[in-house]
Amino acid sequence: MSFDPAITLFSCHYTSQQSCAEEGKELEKLGFPSSINLVRVPCTGKLQVTTLLKAFEDGADGVYVVGCPTDGCHNVKGSMRAAKRVAAVRDALEELGVEGGRVQMYHLPRGLHPEFVAKGKEMDRRIRGMGPSPFQN
Amino acid sequence: MIVAERKPMSEIIEMVQDCKKVLVLACRGCVTVCSAGGEREAEILSSLIRLGMKKAGKSIEITTGSLVRQCDREYIDEIDQWDGEYDAVVSTACGVGVNFISNLRKETMVYPALNTTFFGGSAEQGEWTEQCAGCGDCVLHLTGGLCPVARCAKSLMNGPCGGSVDGRCEIHKDVECIWQSIHDRLASFNRSAQMEVIAPIRDWSSAGHGGPRKIVRDDLTV
Repeated sequence: MSFDPAITLFSCHYTSQQSCAEEGKELEKLGFPSSINLVRVPCTGKLQVTTLLKAFEDGADGVYVVGCPTDGCHNVKGSMRAAKRVAAVRDALEELGVEGGRVQMYHLPRGLHPEFVAKGKEMDRRIRGMGPSPFQN
Repeated sequence: MIVAERKPMSEIIEMVQDCKKVLVLACRGCVTVCSAGGEREAEILSSLIRLGMKKAGKSIEITTGSLVRQCDREYIDEIDQWDGEYDAVVSTACGVGVNFISNLRKETMVYPALNTTFFGGSAEQGEWTEQCAGCGDCVLHLTGGLCPVARCAKSLMNGPCGGSVDGRCEIHKDVECIWQSIHDRLASFNRSAQMEVIAPIRDWSSAGHGGPRKIVRDDLTV
């Protein structure tokens, strides 16, 4: 079944700088999936478990977080904290009988780089493969 | 502190299956400190209940609140502020809180969100270990401040069993043999001789084996 997913991405200022390039048009030009709603946060360490769950409550079919490399976070341990919270949400989804892969953490280099777009495409493919969120009932 | 952990979501969702409105009630006491049932955990639980019910094709209205403690009458009375907003309370307090709400509010159905596990402490962030069994007849003054009732797998009172190897308990290599630790600690205070004093057969009635326990302090009652 084909469907247009709604995916929420939480990314820190440092790893999502491409979203600002060329007056915000660069990501689109590079083929960043339109299914992804990007929410920039000062640091992914600021994200709480409730923030990620709320995205699912608000209708996201998938949620992912992009933060700094674990050994190079601007705020030292911010992206490590985010990864722990993503893991907690994954466990909770599985407890509810939902695919844990609907939530994902990526650690990417800062600045302008192709991986940011590649991971967006990867997430888009994954969620399309899984189908609509079971929370959409 | 009292240490607890959240019940599996399948159990909690089953409890509230027939509810239309639920009050998820946090406790700002011990379970906040052990990150099991404080305000943050109650918010997470509320979200998970909403998602779980949505997945089951049901809707539920959730109010999230908290009390200073759920083990004193004056705080339980504060539940009045949510009157009419719930069919049932899901308490993220320890078992004491759930019992107290049940005792004091005859008309309120209350469900436990947590499994209450032990009296413990946290030496490392995110890790809690049992330290006290609440047995009602403390022997810590004889054992170097380390409890053989709670921390020996067999609650032995007269030294280690034959399974202690290299200071570790035979039930798990991660667990210290508390009797080895008691010996080492007493020795460091030149009190090894204490190990040779035979502890008498214990009366476990103070540990709850004689039924629910109660303390009355006349000096505090008016």
